[in-house]
Amino acid sequence: MSDLPSTAKVVVIGAGIVGNSVVKHLAALGWTDIVLVDKGPLPNPGGSTGHASNFLFPVDHNKEMAMLTFDSMAQYEEMGVSTTSGGIEVARTEARMEEFRRRMTSAMTWGIDAELLTPTEVKEKVPFLDESVIVGGFFTPSVSVVDSLQAGTLMRQYAIDKGALTVAPVTEVMDITVADGKVTGVETDKGYMETEHVVIACGVWSPRIAEMAGATIPLTPAVHQMIDVGPIDILQETNTEIAYPIIRDMDTFCYERQTSGSMEVGSYAHRPIFHHPDTIPSIEESRLSPTELPLTQDDFDPQLEQAIELMPLLGDAEMKYGINGLLSLTPDAMPLVGECVEIKNLWSAAAIWIKEGPSTGKTIAEWMTHGYPELDPHASDVARFYTYQRTEEHILDRCAEHFNKTYGIVHPREQWESQRGYRISSFHKRTEALGAVYFEAGGWERPHWYESNEGLLEKYKDQLPAAREHEWDYRWWSPIQNAEHLALRESVAMIDLTAFAIFDFKGAGAVEYMNYMTVNQVDREVGSGIYTPLLTEQGGFRSDLTVLRLGDNHFRVVTGGFDGGRDAYWFNKWLPEDGSVTFEDKTSALTTVGVWGPNARKLVEKVTKDDVSNEGFPYGDVRQYTIGSIPVTMLRISYVGELGWEITCNMEHGLRLWDLLWEAGREFDVTPVGAGVYGTSGRLEKGYRLMGAELESEYNPVEAGLNRPRVKSQDFIGKAAYLKARDEEPAAHMCTLTVENHTSTSGVARHMMGGNEPILTLDGERILDSHGRVSRVTSAGMGPTLGKYLLLAYLPPEYAVEGTDLQVMYQNELFPVKVARVGSKPLFDPDDSRMEQ
Amino acid sequence: MRILTCVKRVPSPGAKIVVTEDGKAVDTNMLGFAVSPHEECAAEEAIQLVEQHGGSSTVMTLGPAEAEEQLRTIMSVGVDEAVLLTTDGSDWDPMATARALTAAVRELEAAGEPFDLILFGNESADSGGYQVGVRVARALGRPIVSGIKGVEIADGEVTARRDTPTGAEVYRLPLPAVLAIKEGINLPRYPTLKGRLGAKKKEVTVMEASREPGGQAMLTLLAPPSQETPTEILGDGAAAASAVVDVLERIGVL
Amino acid sequence: MSTLYVVDHDRGEITDAALEGLTSARALDPGAAAVTVGGDGDGLAGMLAEYGATTVHQIHHDELADYAPAAWGDAVVQLIEATSATAVLSVGSERGNEVMAHVAAVLDLPVVANCIEIATGDAWEMTRVRWGGSLHERARLEAPIKLATFALHTTEAAPADTPGAGAVAEFVPELGLDAAVTRIVDRVTTEEGVTLATAPVVIAGGRGVGSEEGFAPIDELAELLGGAVGCSRVVTNNGWRNHKFQVGQTGTVIAPEVYIGCGISGAIQHWVGMMASKNVIAINTDPAAPMVTKADYAVIGDLHEVVPAVVDEIKRRRG
Repeated sequence: MSDLPSTAKVVVIGAGIVGNSVVKHLAALGWTDIVLVDKGPLPNPGGSTGHASNFLFPVDHNKEMAMLTFDSMAQYEEMGVSTTSGGIEVARTEARMEEFRRRMTSAMTWGIDAELLTPTEVKEKVPFLDESVIVGGFFTPSVSVVDSLQAGTLMRQYAIDKGALTVAPVTEVMDITVADGKVTGVETDKGYMETEHVVIACGVWSPRIAEMAGATIPLTPAVHQMIDVGPIDILQETNTEIAYPIIRDMDTFCYERQTSGSMEVGSYAHRPIFHHPDTIPSIEESRLSPTELPLTQDDFDPQLEQAIELMPLLGDAEMKYGINGLLSLTPDAMPLVGECVEIKNLWSAAAIWIKEGPSTGKTIAEWMTHGYPELDPHASDVARFYTYQRTEEHILDRCAEHFNKTYGIVHPREQWESQRGYRISSFHKRTEALGAVYFEAGGWERPHWYESNEGLLEKYKDQLPAAREHEWDYRWWSPIQNAEHLALRESVAMIDLTAFAIFDFKGAGAVEYMNYMTVNQVDREVGSGIYTPLLTEQGGFRSDLTVLRLGDNHFRVVTGGFDGGRDAYWFNKWLPEDGSVTFEDKTSALTTVGVWGPNARKLVEKVTKDDVSNEGFPYGDVRQYTIGSIPVTMLRISYVGELGWEITCNMEHGLRLWDLLWEAGREFDVTPVGAGVYGTSGRLEKGYRLMGAELESEYNPVEAGLNRPRVKSQDFIGKAAYLKARDEEPAAHMCTLTVENHTSTSGVARHMMGGNEPILTLDGERILDSHGRVSRVTSAGMGPTLGKYLLLAYLPPEYAVEGTDLQVMYQNELFPVKVARVGSKPLFDPDDSRMEQ
Repeated sequence: MRILTCVKRVPSPGAKIVVTEDGKAVDTNMLGFAVSPHEECAAEEAIQLVEQHGGSSTVMTLGPAEAEEQLRTIMSVGVDEAVLLTTDGSDWDPMATARALTAAVRELEAAGEPFDLILFGNESADSGGYQVGVRVARALGRPIVSGIKGVEIADGEVTARRDTPTGAEVYRLPLPAVLAIKEGINLPRYPTLKGRLGAKKKEVTVMEASREPGGQAMLTLLAPPSQETPTEILGDGAAAASAVVDVLERIGVL
Repeated sequence: MSTLYVVDHDRGEITDAALEGLTSARALDPGAAAVTVGGDGDGLAGMLAEYGATTVHQIHHDELADYAPAAWGDAVVQLIEATSATAVLSVGSERGNEVMAHVAAVLDLPVVANCIEIATGDAWEMTRVRWGGSLHERARLEAPIKLATFALHTTEAAPADTPGAGAVAEFVPELGLDAAVTRIVDRVTTEEGVTLATAPVVIAGGRGVGSEEGFAPIDELAELLGGAVGCSRVVTNNGWRNHKFQVGQTGTVIAPEVYIGCGISGAIQHWVGMMASKNVIAINTDPAAPMVTKADYAVIGDLHEVVPAVVDEIKRRRG
């Protein structure tokens, strides 16, 4: 046992797959004086790694998860702890087969070999399976099984061999000390260590450890049941750890995986069973291990029956081991990675499963080293959750909702049922009366379309695109969205934009600070609104948002509701330590309505005495005006390509503001319009990019077509990389493509989701740019005014040529597409005359 | 052959036992429940005897309604019937337990065939009173012997083996008889999946037990004093052999 | 208080455990009398006096020639009635607990098994062992005649500072024909020499041994040291070793001079079976194993390397 040093550069808490991976990659990136502590013994300290099923299915619809899995597989392979077994997901229903066709599409996007199998073909690979209960299978030959404990040992050894690591097992963390909002040390039962950084890689115990420092890691320990049955002759005869492909019985939410002579059956079908990090038993108090709790057999019995149905030989096998295994669940089922928002240099590496372990460890190490990782961690960023989303009730409700969707068929637009109504716009009373269908945006109830606009379907029936024919494409969508779009373009619309996150920055250092954060020049006249990207040090997108100069030393940042948490973290991280700039989150104090359309000025003129003429209030400017007796901040900008304003006022005035505008709009048939237009159709016709879709840290402003002619003289984050990117030929260009034919082989029109569908050559080949990035659909939707269905995708220069014919794969079928636009020039109103009139 | 096995629902053994704050019970929040190990072996023995000699086996327990779980576990490995004597879940002293079990045996035998053999575990894993089987046997006027690790039945007699440090003692009892079984008599089988599902569908006879306590009452439970001592590490691997032998010499056992 | 102590003996052979129990009984009641059942036990009177027995009741009857649990119990009950004893104690050995259970059943009185501490009075309060020793219970006993046994290895057996008078009193009970229907009819001897329960040295193997064959060096070391081999429950469950080698709550409880645990993690059920050992040496690859942290001495390493090296070293020193 090594003695604990008194100082360390970084203390990593938790020696499961994640902690081990973090120390390995930190060492690889040159870190020294790393200490890895765990309260349990090695190599298996008793966390979730110790009882994991250890298999990796690479196909995932989510890009981030697919990339993380891909990289992990490579790392396991390199360590020699991986066995390729292949894996077959089997379907008992036609709906599941449709999901498999979607999986075939994602497999194509990520370049993973996969195949649809008939029941007979499944049986050929797994002869002890009863093919009569299934309708087909989805086979991934590269599915593998890994030895995650051995991997952990090897990764620790790597860091030890580099002289970078001290390992301290059986060492319990008692406290994390903090000063000035920053980590200072770790108190253990074996002594105190001063340290600059702490990484919490404690799996199900992470919230408890974070709490010691006053931080939150929003996850819950949850039960995943599994049993081991055997011995089974046919498996024993193979004389090996795994000879048959792993079966995932998707419609029963179960899997069967050979482990030597027996079969492990695991389930995600039982009721959600949660525990609290404080009540997990200690190692001593555990019969098996702290995360292998006694099987609550009644919960598992229905799965036994289904398992026997699929594999009759399991019926006579003995059940030798069964656990309620603990794993970590988060409110949105994604990992919790990155610096904790509350405490500097306190890093979360939690809610990470075996398939993401090695790659996430790398991601965190890169983040700690370079300020941001290579792979965009957007969806895993621990900063994504707002305070109310970090409460126990929110976590448990959401986890209870999604637990049974682990093997579910989840629609890309699917909305949460639980924990709704927690952020209510000031306009809600009115929008609700108008039949708003609410989608959640950063926790806000945001109208997506209005049932009261159904009448517009009749009004615009000659202009509307053909109705969507396929239920999957129709789900969580309404043709009313297209009608609202046309109404907005024809007259004027009101859009509830209260979901915006709004931050105020004030102080003597505000100009310098804000210019350091942003790409575009913000030191402009008071009253200027500046759209700007924020970059990572490596020159990729960190965010894009609008900066309003409201005073000499006062800036306001308006960003998307989905990104408020991450952006608040980023701004706070860089805030000068001398106090020369203050940060204030105004989101909950302000409410915003967008008024856009050809008649927007006529409408607004009726309610304000202030100058809204093009001369007095040009495009891009911001003004502090009065509407009725309500002080408002008006920003002349548009995300939908029309004349108009974002009008912001104090939350308590909101309802009155809505009513004043609504009253004034009656004569123009003002239409309430939802985010379906704002975020999709209006935006896509204008080719506007969206953070998290087109804009990622893996792409730079030149590739996105968002570079400006000049670069400001001031330094800013990512400037060097940005300058370099401007000098180089971009490896890819953001393009808008049009779908030339929607008809599938079955004769039904299909409409892509914008869910990473691959863009293929006419020969059906994937398209990779010189950095190895695949061309895939980042956003998709109708352009009702253009009369075209639009797709956004990055294409390498050879394909980024307007008029080029390509294909898109959707649900395992090919559809012809054409490159309609390269770069950011909009397809609709290319010279922006409608907005700038 | 008609064989009855009496079992007790106890917190799963295998981990440090934690006592609730009031000191009145074992904290079972994170523990599963099981049948005492000796009784698991008793049930297995019953199954094997029925396999050899025909007949049927019954399992009975006295406990809270949740003890049905243990009855189903025992049925899932092959015991045919189950009887649950329900209590309020409180700690029953051995006399109360024995009285209730005796009454139940009489009732079951009055309603059907008598039991040729009644098996107990030698002692329960939790309270370890070493007496319930004896009390029931004496009340029923049947012979009993404890600590049994071998059973053979022939000609209306049961031959039972009890291990001693140097060998074994052999007892022979006329049937009907009672035995208190010890772990080691057999290796109990695990339930098969079908066994489990079958047991789930079987009926459990529920009878209410009346409590007639004796004079023994549990006051509190407490953890024994810690035995942590400083450990002298003699070395790593084979290189430590000499140090080990030094210690043995010092103690004087060489 | 008038106390009887029922002596566990096998055809006149007394165990240390029985003397431990008498040592405890004497501390509770210096006037305690000892009881031997069966004529074979008569020879123990002198030793029992040395251990403080004021009187030795010798129960004689034809049916008590060899151990017969029910008959022993019946006989003791009659002695209790004859002597008006108010407390009857024994040791928590297999026979001690068994005979006392019969006594209690016949008298329809409670018996408290495996006490480690007793406070006498109108009602007794005692601390007793649960879970084989992983938990203690404070219990209260109310009965006209108090019945209890002392847990094994509660006290060291020690002769009394002042020996008891050891006055011998014969008692002949009236036993019915069927009283001794349960009796030993045969004996099998399988072991010679040291036994696990009494060996001064026990070498025990656990999961780390890995197989039946893996016990070879452990057997050899036991042989060299004149000790016995023990094992953990995992070993018996895997069929590597017969259950009679098992040390622990559901196996044998031991208290050797030296216990060497090889590849045994030290789960509580095993620990309670050997925690009375005077010296504990652990050999384990895991420095965090409870057996290591609770041991007096430990070697961190693979038993398959360490044990043969110890064997070689002993051979070397012995020339």
